[in-house]
Amino acid sequence: MEENVVEVRNFRKTYKDLVAVEDISFSVRRGEIFGLLGPNGAGKTSTLESLEGLRQPDGGSLRIQGVDPARQPGKLRDLIGVQLQASTLPASMTPLEAMRFFCTYHRVAPRNDLLEEFGLGEKLKTQFSMLSTGQQRRLALALAIAHQPPVLLLDEPTAGLDVPARVELHSRLDKLRMNGTTIILATHDMAEAEKMADQVAILLKGQIAAAGTPTQLTARGVGLVKISVASSASTLQPGRESFPGVQRWYSEGDYTYFFSEDAGLSVPAILEFLKNRNDALVDLRVERPSLEERFLEITQDAPGKGAK
Amino acid sequence: MTAFFHYLSYDFKNGLREKSLLLLNYLFPLGLFIMMGFLMTGVNPDFKTTIIPAMIIISTMSVTLLGMPNPIVADRLGGVYRSFKINGIPAAHILAVPPLGNLVHVIIVSVLITILGYPLFDGSLPVNWLAFVVIVLVQFFAMAGLGMLIGVISPNGNTTVLFSQLIFLPSMIIGGLMMSFDFLSPAMQRIALLLPATHAMNAFRGLAYGWETSFSPAWSVGVLLAGGLIAFAMAVVLFQWDNHNPKRSRSPILAVLALVPYLVAVILH
Repeated sequence: MEENVVEVRNFRKTYKDLVAVEDISFSVRRGEIFGLLGPNGAGKTSTLESLEGLRQPDGGSLRIQGVDPARQPGKLRDLIGVQLQASTLPASMTPLEAMRFFCTYHRVAPRNDLLEEFGLGEKLKTQFSMLSTGQQRRLALALAIAHQPPVLLLDEPTAGLDVPARVELHSRLDKLRMNGTTIILATHDMAEAEKMADQVAILLKGQIAAAGTPTQLTARGVGLVKISVASSASTLQPGRESFPGVQRWYSEGDYTYFFSEDAGLSVPAILEFLKNRNDALVDLRVERPSLEERFLEITQDAPGKGAK
Repeated sequence: MTAFFHYLSYDFKNGLREKSLLLLNYLFPLGLFIMMGFLMTGVNPDFKTTIIPAMIIISTMSVTLLGMPNPIVADRLGGVYRSFKINGIPAAHILAVPPLGNLVHVIIVSVLITILGYPLFDGSLPVNWLAFVVIVLVQFFAMAGLGMLIGVISPNGNTTVLFSQLIFLPSMIIGGLMMSFDFLSPAMQRIALLLPATHAMNAFRGLAYGWETSFSPAWSVGVLLAGGLIAFAMAVVLFQWDNHNPKRSRSPILAVLALVPYLVAVILH
């Protein structure tokens, strides 16, 4: 982690009377994955498109490695690789043609090896419109990184992908991050952001409602920690015992589930309880609230705001 | 330049690869040429004399007015140009490549019509080949300008078809292709002078074939050149990378400026 590669300061974007983004600031360091989260209409795409140079900001400043996307498009194009949300190649263009086409404009040799690496080796001469969604996404990512940009901007990169393709894409993003590529990821998928992102910002109605690491964000919420316990004699009986910090509990199958506001207090008490009854612990799991739960909490708390 | 030629090469191949474009670039004009050659020359033997220039004009209209605008609109609406912008493909290339790619299609079809017109249908050959070639290029320039302009200003595919047909259909009926301009009533002649096909046919008749014309063929060449220049200039001015940005710097109404040379021709006739 080094210097800030992406700097957004007091960014504002309006469309006639609609304020899409209002005074947001964040920065992304080299080699970080930054998750931009939020419901539809929150301002994610406006922010991303302004960083891509597709939109003119109405206030504030945006910089990618010191380059102003709106004023220095020539310098910007080699600094960023972009995977747009929608399919963005002419319908009849083949992966091989697309690779040669974009690489020539970036003044680099075509990276056909990336097409092979991204599983498109047998589709090199298939027209774009005939590729599956997953193949189109993989092609878009291959094209985005072919000129080895230091910054990748990805808009819903896993939308429409099946589970294996999603896992594969995450693994590729991880590799890119390890190679020092800075990635900004706009997504609706909280699990993806929680798994991939070093930092996240949750946008609501054009403002940053919460920001930090996924762990920090979930820790800041009022969400209760889930403690799942299975014991050999099943002596834990909901309602008959109380444990410090536990707000509610229920049993299902071999497990008893406790929801605690302080796992540090609750877990030792539960273990002590089992020990006193000579009941052997079979399984114990402590899970913090997910980013999705925290996201819902934030969106529901915000007056007049909510995920669509 | 290498990048530009890659783009041009792709665009040309796209004109053969896409079924709808293949139809408009080759199958429709050549099929119509064969059909008109057999049917129309039977109904109107005079059509033999004009079949070659008339079919070249129809082919040019098919390629430029019917074929060219739709991919421009589809690519803009589909976000292809946004992707191009991000990757540094200049607007100048986007505006220059479709006309150049389609020029190759028009040249191929024009050569076929010219070569086959005489032996198959006893079509008259030009007496001034240089003027013939120049007029092929000039009328292409005028119609490609209009095709680009239609592609740039049309908000969707339906409007594209409407704009294209507004020029294509009247051109087929009163553009001097099926019947001579002289056979039209004065009122219809005035309307016909608004069409590039009328001027193209007049230029072919007067300059390439050496026939008498109702109005100056050189003036027709001037109208086509001016019309093409203004249409391309307006296409540059009104070009948009996408439809998502509600801010259009200039009104698409400016596109009517491309009709000014034709209006001048009507007034001066």
